[in-house]
Amino acid sequence: MELRVDRVSHSYDGRKVLNEVTLDVPEGQIVCIVGPSGCGKSTLLRLMGGLEEPASGQVQQVGEAPAGCLNPLTYIFQDFALLPWRTVAGNVALALEDHALGRMEMRARIDGVLARTRLQEFGKALPRQLSGGMKQRVAIARALAVDPAVLLMDEPLSALDSQTRELLMDDLITLWTKTPFTAVYVTHNLAEAVRLGHRVVVLSRRPGEVREIVTLDQPLGQRSYGDTDLERTQKHLWGLMRDEAMAADAELVSG
Amino acid sequence: MDKNARTVAFRGGGFAPRGRAWVGFVVFAVLLGAAEWGTRSGLISPLTLPRPSDVVQTFSELYASGLLFAHLLPSLSRLVVGAAFGVSVGISVGLMMGLFSLVRAGLVPLVAAIFPIPKIALLPLFVIWFGIDEGSKYALIAFGTFTPTVVATYTAVDNVDRTLIRMGQSFGLSWLSIVRKIVLPGAMPGILAGLRISLAIAIILLVAAEMLGAEYGIGAYILEAGSLYDLERLFAGVVILSVLGVLVSSAIGAIERRVLNWRT
Repeated sequence: MELRVDRVSHSYDGRKVLNEVTLDVPEGQIVCIVGPSGCGKSTLLRLMGGLEEPASGQVQQVGEAPAGCLNPLTYIFQDFALLPWRTVAGNVALALEDHALGRMEMRARIDGVLARTRLQEFGKALPRQLSGGMKQRVAIARALAVDPAVLLMDEPLSALDSQTRELLMDDLITLWTKTPFTAVYVTHNLAEAVRLGHRVVVLSRRPGEVREIVTLDQPLGQRSYGDTDLERTQKHLWGLMRDEAMAADAELVSG
Repeated sequence: MDKNARTVAFRGGGFAPRGRAWVGFVVFAVLLGAAEWGTRSGLISPLTLPRPSDVVQTFSELYASGLLFAHLLPSLSRLVVGAAFGVSVGISVGLMMGLFSLVRAGLVPLVAAIFPIPKIALLPLFVIWFGIDEGSKYALIAFGTFTPTVVATYTAVDNVDRTLIRMGQSFGLSWLSIVRKIVLPGAMPGILAGLRISLAIAIILLVAAEMLGAEYGIGAYILEAGSLYDLERLFAGVVILSVLGVLVSSAIGAIERRVLNWRT
């Protein structure tokens, strides 16, 4: 399944945050969206998954979701959004309970995703017992449990320290290499964008417009920490964003 | 050592209460001991304060005569029925107010208007509405526990983390699932905190409820002792209410430890 954003504009209280954004999310690829703070990248993601309605333009799903998919557009949130009163397995189960799955299939799905995210031993733990990195892995497991057609990730690693971030990036790359998934990955971190993205969409300062779409050809599995080609792309992206970021930083928040 | 070097003085610490259960008992014992000594030595006249040992004796007589349970059981049943009714209606209405803007807009002013009414003042009215028997007593306690429960519940619903609700929506959970699995557990800490206050109010209102048309009951017992100025019996009754309060509060504590074990 593909996701197509067609001339989407959006505003809050008469303030335009997105202007005529058009982009494609092809099947089996990770599309990263970067931009200075306040450029509307998280808003764009909420519009793509139907958590908000665009003021104009439209977001379209193209093609059918794969068989067994329970929730085609599935989010992974920056602050994990785990229910603190449910165990790890219970949090994964939450996404499945509203679907008429048999006890066996439910069990199989939960065990399967916990194994894929290396959380088998922590099924009975409560979120408060987990580190930030483990919490986000639980959220990733919960998202994978519904066999999503497109994963919508909103700065999934921003709440984590830099070492955990590296580890989780490796996890995501491993997951993708084993079974390629389609994803939109919003981040303000260019290093994450060049490590994980098949395409990097650069948004301008508010109101957000697509400035450039950079395509990275190097296979995900071959990209590593400190790669020179990636560094070059990252510098190019920073060159695009630097002035915008400075201007955005100097803006009054509600001016 | 460098003679210019000084140890940095410690100035943190404090402001972190720790559980020291025995201190509470010591304070109790000291106060009771002082009262006992004061009344025995004549420093405190028997008109001002009964001798604690006399209160204990009155209490044991009450127990021996079997009257203790004759008073306690009707009171407990009034408390349980009245509070159960008030709390369950309060939680349901509070939830509706938390979930539906229309209900909230309609009921917030009404709740604000009935909250400050001293419910005791309405007892004669309740006697007419619900009868002089148990009905008016249930109604008084139910009405008194209803308002604090409503307020606690809808503020607790307001405080449920919105990102969790958005998460529920993003996974396509039904409205009922979101309420049952996200809103209700998320509001539970606030609801239980409100329950502490409501149940204390229920005990206060128990005495008021037994002012009219009650032969037996802790409240009736206290009121009778008061009008006869029988301080020993008055205090024996008050002690029973205090013990009841402590029991209710520790029961809620136990529920909190079970239901809210996910909190740090």
